[in-house]
Amino acid sequence: MKFSAQGMDHRTLNERVRASGDSLAEIADCLGQRYIAAGLSGKTLRLWGTPGNALGAYLDGCSIEVFGNVQDAVGDTMNDGTIVVHGNAGDALGYAMRGGKIFVRGDVGYRAGIHMKAYKDHRPVIVVGGVAGSFLGEYQAGGVLVVLDLDRDPAGIVGNFCGTGMHGGEMYLRCAALPHALPAQVRAERLERVEDPEILQILSEYAAAFGIPSAGLAEGPYFRLTPNTENPYRLLYTNN
Amino acid sequence: MIEGEFRDPSGCAISGVIDRTGRRMSGACMIRSIATMHDRSNGLGGGFAGYGIYPEFKEYYAFHLFYDDVVAKKEGEDFIQRHFDIAFQSAIPTRKTEGFGDAPIIFRYFVLPDARKLETRRLDEEEYVVRCVNRINTEIKGAYVFSCGKNMGIFKAVGYPEDVGEFYRLDEYEGYAWTCHGRYPTNTPGWWGGAHPFGLLDYSVVHNGEISSYDANRRYIEMFGYKCNLQTDTEVITYIVDFLLRKQKLTLREVAKVIAASFWTTIADKSEEERREETYLRKAFPSLLINGPFSIIFGYTGGLMALNDRLKLRSMVVAERGDRAYIASEECAIRAIQPELDYVRAPRGGEPVIFELKGGAP
Repeated sequence: MKFSAQGMDHRTLNERVRASGDSLAEIADCLGQRYIAAGLSGKTLRLWGTPGNALGAYLDGCSIEVFGNVQDAVGDTMNDGTIVVHGNAGDALGYAMRGGKIFVRGDVGYRAGIHMKAYKDHRPVIVVGGVAGSFLGEYQAGGVLVVLDLDRDPAGIVGNFCGTGMHGGEMYLRCAALPHALPAQVRAERLERVEDPEILQILSEYAAAFGIPSAGLAEGPYFRLTPNTENPYRLLYTNN
Repeated sequence: MIEGEFRDPSGCAISGVIDRTGRRMSGACMIRSIATMHDRSNGLGGGFAGYGIYPEFKEYYAFHLFYDDVVAKKEGEDFIQRHFDIAFQSAIPTRKTEGFGDAPIIFRYFVLPDARKLETRRLDEEEYVVRCVNRINTEIKGAYVFSCGKNMGIFKAVGYPEDVGEFYRLDEYEGYAWTCHGRYPTNTPGWWGGAHPFGLLDYSVVHNGEISSYDANRRYIEMFGYKCNLQTDTEVITYIVDFLLRKQKLTLREVAKVIAASFWTTIADKSEEERREETYLRKAFPSLLINGPFSIIFGYTGGLMALNDRLKLRSMVVAERGDRAYIASEECAIRAIQPELDYVRAPRGGEPVIFELKGGAP
């Protein structure tokens, strides 16, 4: 199915997508409609315009492609599926995400990957082609966050307070210098190139999604950030 | 509709636009912009500020007042007549709009301070106006001045912002800059005076957020003669900005570094010059640091400033297209009135973004 979302509220939009027997929905002229494809599974959505907040919240196995920018809380508590964004993303991308993949070609705002988590074979993945704002991976509990800085933004690959409260999962930052003032509870390891087959597979999927050559993506230097198990969060808040 | 009767998961919405050549735009564009973010408000308040809308009276302070009844109106007008020369007065034109049946009496007055009173009080003109407005708002029951700047005006009500814009016939006004707000009150019941924007002289503030430092800020600012009548955090932000800009003569960028000061750890990483400046400002005005989530648009004669709290706990984007600059809680609110943009970006927390008329105030 194919339709224009001009002047349409989010309920009408979502009902049309759900009611249709087609597995493919192409929606033009999105403008701020929230919760597009929330909780949905088994469909492919292609979106034009500027979809609203909480795009793909609780997503459970759809494939969404956006030819434009997205706003806040994309993939909030997403369980499964893929979201590909050809522009930039707002704040709290992949908030509490627990499965599936989000690929963004441009930059992401504050708190990308906040409280991502993993469980058994559910391992969420976020790959950012540009740079990330402050509080990247805040309270990260699981999954994989990759920031590529493909255009070598002079502003730097992440803002302040990267990995604050991180206690699980891993982050790959493609940069030559470590972000300053990492918390003591986060460990950073410099890699000249990515060799982990799981990450290589993610990078090649990312490259395919945007039609860019995958060959160079594995080349670092990268910094791999993980929680520092020798320096846990004891005594941080209370005396116990 | 009374606050607490229902819960509705939303947050306030703000939007603003300025044409930096000074070319004027109808208020209809702001109505279209804010309507896109309808889901962020809950119908308990909406409002607009327009700059450059009263060119025929640009030398006069434009007072906009709500009156509860004719008694309050009589008392309010007596006060205004005693303290000001009134060049023109009228009811503010409104359109019959569903949901606005319980509107207060809404009047405007174009005034200049009474020359003799001004002379004997030995106050500068603006301070005289501020004190008079304060007296009306605290001493005259049922009268409330909600706008008092020159060549600008605030229009606000309880309702969804797009309906408020219709009600006040804002499509019939033209301004070089506009801001607007859709309200979702968190701590106070929605009433007409409590809607945004808040204004003092030509300053106006629209705000999305909730300030946890409200009481600390209020106690400090009240030492300088401001009266926080409304229990809302937006009122206190307006007074803080007025105090720092008009009385302490800080620049807008310095004001931003006081109210959204960087963390000490962030300051420590800056250049020596920036470190010295930011340390000085944090130490000089520690009680004016605004804590808690906020995104604001501050309007003034000739410009708009966008500012987020230092942790950026509320969303806000800015964009430009030619001479026009845009600020909004969500990108869709900008695209609604300008689909093609030169760029759109999200400023960092605590980073002020200032758009001003080329060649200064009109």
